[in-house]
Amino acid sequence: MRDITEIRWHGRGGQGAKTAALLLADAAFKNGKHVQAFPEYGPEREGAPITAYDRIGDKEIRVHSNIYEPDYVAVVDDTLLSSVNVTKGLKEDGGILINTTKTKDEIMPLLNGYKGKVYIIDARKVCMATLGKYFPNTPMLAGMVKITGIIDEDVFVKDMEESFSHKFARKPEMLEGNMNALKMALKEVK
Amino acid sequence: MAIQTRMSGNEAVAHAIKQINPDVMPAFPITPSTEIPQFVSQMIANGEIDTEFIPVESEHSSMSAAIGASAAGARALTATSSCGLALMWEELYVAASGRVPVVLALVNRGLTGPLNINAEHSDSMGARDSGWIQIYAETNQEAYDNFLQAFRIAEHKDVKLPVMICQDGFITSHAMQNITLWEDEPIKKFVGEYEPEHYLLKENEPMAFGPYAVSNYCMEAKRAQAQGMINAKKVILDVAKEFESITGQKYGFFEEYRLDDAEYAVVAIGSVCGTVKDAVDELRARGIKAGLLKIRVFRPFPAEEIAAALKNCKAIAIMDRSEGYNAVGGPVGADVTTALYRGKCTAETVNIFYGLSGRDITVAEMVDVYDGLAKLADGKNVFDEYPYLGLRK
Repeated sequence: MRDITEIRWHGRGGQGAKTAALLLADAAFKNGKHVQAFPEYGPEREGAPITAYDRIGDKEIRVHSNIYEPDYVAVVDDTLLSSVNVTKGLKEDGGILINTTKTKDEIMPLLNGYKGKVYIIDARKVCMATLGKYFPNTPMLAGMVKITGIIDEDVFVKDMEESFSHKFARKPEMLEGNMNALKMALKEVK
Repeated sequence: MAIQTRMSGNEAVAHAIKQINPDVMPAFPITPSTEIPQFVSQMIANGEIDTEFIPVESEHSSMSAAIGASAAGARALTATSSCGLALMWEELYVAASGRVPVVLALVNRGLTGPLNINAEHSDSMGARDSGWIQIYAETNQEAYDNFLQAFRIAEHKDVKLPVMICQDGFITSHAMQNITLWEDEPIKKFVGEYEPEHYLLKENEPMAFGPYAVSNYCMEAKRAQAQGMINAKKVILDVAKEFESITGQKYGFFEEYRLDDAEYAVVAIGSVCGTVKDAVDELRARGIKAGLLKIRVFRPFPAEEIAAALKNCKAIAIMDRSEGYNAVGGPVGADVTTALYRGKCTAETVNIFYGLSGRDITVAEMVDVYDGLAKLADGKNVFDEYPYLGLRK
């Protein structure tokens, strides 16, 4: 089979899981990768569970189906763990990153016996320390870069600084906050 | 230098529109094509293009305004999906019979019901006999490239027909993927300026557009219109050849993927073809001679060419992403089977419905289809009497 890293995002409408999936693909594209990023569309509304996907590889990506056996999973909201089977099909040589204030010991029983690597990050803590507002997608993006290793962390930080400078050209205070959130998140993944 | 970037299918079509800089774009928003007029409006507001954007109150009006603008002598286009296309129905025929070279960016979405917003071909397939040229894309790249070629085909003096450039809703329109964009200058030169021979605003040539015709004249008008569709075949290939000389991208009526020596073939349209290609590679690795015929141009229908490409196959699955509701099969199945019969092709065939209302389709499911074709060629039909791929039973 083709060498493609497949990532599935679980979030709630309005938390930016789709945007995070697009940003991750964007960062990978800038590092010469072939990418595919797409959300699963349904009756979207704020707070409802949503799914988004990334495929990242060195060759052209042709398949257009959803991802059923991801290498990695990102969970933007830990309240989903009780209602969505987030580890479904997740490869055991891959991993899962969960945004939570809980400890790993508290999270493990909610993962249906998943035997692969489990990572946690307190995105709220990162956001409050750096942005003063809760936008979990920025720390989650950095966390996924860290656990997947698809892009060199230093290159990622540099690329994001460029993207954010452009995006927040008129809001320089957002640039600094988001960059600090990324850098702090890279250290806060446990 | 071409630009390597990444964007969604909707962004890709909007970029094509930016490079074409048409005269008029009337539009009414509908999911999943809404982003196209949205992006174009932004380009106009930013002064990047000088297209006249007409916000209208319905798709009936957007197509009417596009026809009016085109008849007046302007280069006009619009975008829509699903029931938006259905609401244009009357005007689709007016555009084609009026021989106005309007271009429509269609983002395929199923017609109700149940009410759903996802990819299906029931919208454009319903319009397949309206006199519009229909060109379909597998990827964002193809949606972009096809759109750049559309006006050259539509405005050609031997054609003068409207063109529908189709891509799958969400799967292509909303997925970000790698794409190569072409430089503005060669593209602008390729697309050229629209210089109609006859148009309403032409001085010293008063004319009527769309008048009543008595029965004594109607059939001649229809036959002349049919000739435009027949002529379109050559024009589509000529335009593709010129496009290839600029971009290196090769386009024809259809794409043959590992079809040369294929014993088992799938015929399909749109984004599913990428998934089918992965299935073909998997089967080829197992020594099974699988192949794909991906239809790009559905109207005019390249019947002889399709039959010739499939003549050595033992079994063929024809995939339909829209119902036929005729108790037999779907529209692609009907046209391809007719082509095979006329081409004296004796392969076994099965017409399979798939992906209705955005139902996901996987490589494994397509591998199963090919395995079923191998059995069918051996005289054992494992397909359902009325095959629905991935149906919950």
